[in-house]
Amino acid sequence: MPDSVLHVEDIHKSFGALKASDGISLDLYPGEIHALIGPNGAGKSTLIKQIAGGLKPDAGRVRFLGRDVTGLTTAQRAHAGLGRTFQISALAMQFTVLQNVVLGAVGQSGLVFRFFRNAMKDEALVSRAREALRRVGLAELENSITAELSHGQRRQLEVAVALTLSPKAFLMDEPMAGMGAEGSRVLTDFLQELKKEAPILLVEHDMDAVFALADRISVLVYGKIIATGSVDQIRADAQVREAYLGEEEEEAL
Amino acid sequence: MLRERYLNLIILAILVIIPLWAWVSDEPFTITLVTRAVILALAGVGLNLALGQGGLVSFGHAAYFGIGGYAMGILASHAQNYDPIIEVPFLIEGTNSMPIIWLVAVIAGALSALVIGALSLRTTGVYFIMVTLAFGQMLYYFAISWPAYGGEDGLSIYVRNQFPGVNTLDPMQFFVVCFVILCVVLFLVDRINKSPFGLALDGAHQQEERVQTVGINVYRLRLVAFVISGAITALAGALFADLNRFVSPVMFSWHFSGEIIVFIILGGVARLFGPVVGACLFILLEHILGDLSDYWHIYLGAILLFVVLFAKGGILGFLSKKEVPHAG
Repeated sequence: MPDSVLHVEDIHKSFGALKASDGISLDLYPGEIHALIGPNGAGKSTLIKQIAGGLKPDAGRVRFLGRDVTGLTTAQRAHAGLGRTFQISALAMQFTVLQNVVLGAVGQSGLVFRFFRNAMKDEALVSRAREALRRVGLAELENSITAELSHGQRRQLEVAVALTLSPKAFLMDEPMAGMGAEGSRVLTDFLQELKKEAPILLVEHDMDAVFALADRISVLVYGKIIATGSVDQIRADAQVREAYLGEEEEEAL
Repeated sequence: MLRERYLNLIILAILVIIPLWAWVSDEPFTITLVTRAVILALAGVGLNLALGQGGLVSFGHAAYFGIGGYAMGILASHAQNYDPIIEVPFLIEGTNSMPIIWLVAVIAGALSALVIGALSLRTTGVYFIMVTLAFGQMLYYFAISWPAYGGEDGLSIYVRNQFPGVNTLDPMQFFVVCFVILCVVLFLVDRINKSPFGLALDGAHQQEERVQTVGINVYRLRLVAFVISGAITALAGALFADLNRFVSPVMFSWHFSGEIIVFIILGGVARLFGPVVGACLFILLEHILGDLSDYWHIYLGAILLFVVLFAKGGILGFLSKKEVPHAG
């Protein structure tokens, strides 16, 4: 096994009596898409927040590229190379599409405290931003106001902003949500390409997408990972079927 | 966007034409009135960077206005009494040189904004408003109870401070000094708004998590904006003290903090010229309505209500038919 890019080690997090993370460990290896699935309230979002920063685990650590990042802020983790997209689009809605991506390029450049240079006329920032837009297929919309985009386009824009950071790993929270079948397929193809650059930890509800995309799947139930394995292993796992996939989805398998 | 740019130029032109007309027809009072508007506009431009662009509703910006005022008052009073400020361990004397006073005011404003901002920016929303208000009130009561510089009575400065090559006692020349400063600051703030820093500040106002996720420390970003904002308002305070040749704790009062917010809302939040329009309108109303009734604030309130309800982008937004201004 190669060294893991992202290593979550025995994470615990409780809110009162609720154990949202109850000893979670998982690894993300180079070149893979590792999908995290689980029913609502399983603690997926809590886990994502602890990996991305913004929520501190009660116990356990998060290692990224061999470095302990448990005590770092969201911004510091982003700088270390963790690219994140959100379940509910976290974009500056009144900005144009290009401005949102340039903001990503500003963060990547580390040159935020430049007061007298026009950001939207800075060749390095803008070309980096345009390249990211082109890759996700939003190049033509660069002058649109973000609030006017469809849900699917916002998802693409989220990915584009993450791309400007040239991350070493992606953390994607339901990137397919709200997308049509066509958009979903385009993004699926794109993520297959993207994982060669940097591995992706993917939280996703869309089972078709998960089974089509994931190299490995971890199933989270009540704050515990009950199974990790390949698509076939997860499909065959009796515990998983019982706990999560249930009757109605059995047909889909 | 172009239309708002034209509007801005028209506003600047009006700010030049009125004093010129007053100068030709020998109406020094009008020149002083416009000078007052220009200085208050400058204070508003300072606050607008934090409140408009940054979304940081500071209800204590009178603190920096007052600090700028007292920087002038303290330096100039020592100069007029030929009494050094401190002698040990080294000699610091007062001064009546405007550039030095401005520099001291800007530095004092920036430092106090650094301390106040570092503490208040740990809170958000209504708590931030209250914490900044509390700091403002602390300084207000400190100024009242500090007898060395006049306490409640304030400090009178008998001669206006000096600027090389300018007769500062001449209303028109003093107006030009203030107007040039306003223009320079507007130019700089415009550059800041369009810079990577301004983009990130505006982005954090709209969606804080987004800005953190691209690796930017939002707290530091806002603190820097707050410091620049305080420094500009302090500079306005120094000029205001020079205009009146008088400083008093009133400059620290929370009423003034509120007034600067009113300028910004009237003119247009986050718009470069918003506080300029707001301050001019405020002075105009104070002058016209103040002649009619002592209770002219009632009419101001009605106008403010009208603007808030029916002209969301303030007067500038209403005139330029564009609601959200963003660098681009």
